[in-house]
Amino acid sequence: MTDLTKLTIAEARTKLKAREFSAVELTDAYLGAIDAANGRINAYVAVTHDRARDMAKASDARLAKGQGGALEGIPLGIKDLFGTEGVHTQAASHILDGFKPRYESTVTANLWADGAVMLGKLNMDEFAMGSSNETSYYGPVINPWRAKGSNKDLVPGGSSGGSAAAVAAWLCAGATATDTGGSIRQPAALTGTVGIKPTYGRVSRWGIVAFASSLDQAGPLARDVRDAAILLKSMASVDTKDTTSVDRPVPDYEAALGRSLKGVKIGIPREYRMDGMPDEIEALWKKGIEWLRDAGAEIVDISLPHTKYALPAYYIVAPAEASSNLARYDGVRYGLRVPGKDIIDMYEQTRAAGFGREVKRRIMIGTYVLSAGYYDAYYVRAQQVRTLIKRDFETVYRDGIDAILTPATPSAAFGLADEEMNADPVKMYLNDIFTVTVNMAGLPGIAVPAGLDAKGLPLGLQLIGKPFDEEMLFRTAHVIEQAAGRFEPARWW
Amino acid sequence: MSVDLATVKRVARLARIAVTPEDAERMTGELNTILGFVEQLSEVDVTGVEPMTSVIPMEMKKRRDAVTDGDKAADIVANAPATEENFFLVPKVVE
Repeated sequence: MTDLTKLTIAEARTKLKAREFSAVELTDAYLGAIDAANGRINAYVAVTHDRARDMAKASDARLAKGQGGALEGIPLGIKDLFGTEGVHTQAASHILDGFKPRYESTVTANLWADGAVMLGKLNMDEFAMGSSNETSYYGPVINPWRAKGSNKDLVPGGSSGGSAAAVAAWLCAGATATDTGGSIRQPAALTGTVGIKPTYGRVSRWGIVAFASSLDQAGPLARDVRDAAILLKSMASVDTKDTTSVDRPVPDYEAALGRSLKGVKIGIPREYRMDGMPDEIEALWKKGIEWLRDAGAEIVDISLPHTKYALPAYYIVAPAEASSNLARYDGVRYGLRVPGKDIIDMYEQTRAAGFGREVKRRIMIGTYVLSAGYYDAYYVRAQQVRTLIKRDFETVYRDGIDAILTPATPSAAFGLADEEMNADPVKMYLNDIFTVTVNMAGLPGIAVPAGLDAKGLPLGLQLIGKPFDEEMLFRTAHVIEQAAGRFEPARWW
Repeated sequence: MSVDLATVKRVARLARIAVTPEDAERMTGELNTILGFVEQLSEVDVTGVEPMTSVIPMEMKKRRDAVTDGDKAADIVANAPATEENFFLVPKVVE
């Protein structure tokens, strides 16, 4: 029998319906692949063998009756940030030791209602804070990609590094992920997978561990554009439990694939041409422009003047919101407790032991910028800059631009324990330079693989859309995918 | 703007994170690197610009003022490190 784990969701869906194999067989193929590979890749922090088989059996029963949802029998990996009832949910942090929620997040509930099967919980940067998946309490995830002729381990990006690595290494058919500053799109680019961060409000945040509430948005990581469209359709919903959930029907994203780009205007922002940008990224961007032009799109040079201020403004807004969201981890209601001489000491010892270095750093920055005397100079100013960033996008969209093409990341995957990035936190933050503007403006953005660099590592392009026009992103990303082809790592694990 | 060791210790106290003298020393350097990076925002002219409050314009959702959930004390304390009869247990706070 062919390797079932190599099938896309669209292919598996058809074959499951035709009963070419059962959902249990498909799930067992993935569980076997995880058990064989996870020791090397470290993508999963918990594997739910029994639950996966039970869910697959239920899917088979429905499929046998000719029933079944849009994802019936499709095995998925779930980022450890999503609340899953009775199952490991720790945001890859020590402070949530042993936490098993008594509720199910809206996103995962939507997936199970559509028939999907849960394989387990995926590794990530602690509380989604990081761009290399090295801040996890459960250790780093290893990228399934290696440079040609090298056996050096590379990072998969972050914070959704476990999601991206699991999808690329055929350890799940697709995965859930979240994106606060680039945490879906950067790991997608570094692993040759497709990742979309939808418009703020498109996907419910209910039941997802909060990092920065005004920026967080969940989305899928998938092997190709069609699979990403299928997954987003199931993940997205209108949810009364999230007051920022937007009351708009969810379109059939898959139907957007294959539509012509005739008459579509693609903006190329000059501010994304950064000093010191590698030639390969520049060349890839040019290729992307040619592919879209060949498909009938009109290419327009545009300006987004406040681009360079997005990352510094983000490093005020996101830590400020994080310091407030993470105040709840106090050793009283869940997770870790370290005893102290009084209650304050107990809080302080618990948080000192429970949070990792990067999380503490961001809580400290957030606490500082919100503290008396600094609030206006830092926080209010950053939110004003955010208004200007959003206005930049509104202006070009008003002038008729339909989507914007940029590189997804400033480089391909890098090595573990990078010395420069360890010595200077800002160097690590620069990974999100092309993606963070999108979160600041609440817009949708997709990363799609577009080629390999000279070392044979994947590189991605990003498309940014108008609010709630995810369809345009799937349509344009599909054109790039058709032109560039798909990329797979050589199996070494 | 930059922070000194005393400020870092004060912020750590506000954030309820115990720091050793070595932690505080290291954090002072790291925080100053980050604050140095965000300093460039001071060159942006923000005169008359409204601070962002919501990225997507929307009206605050309202629901009927009625009890729709509750009676879940056992669920709520289920994950707590120390409980007794559906209460959270904490070190003594009142003498």
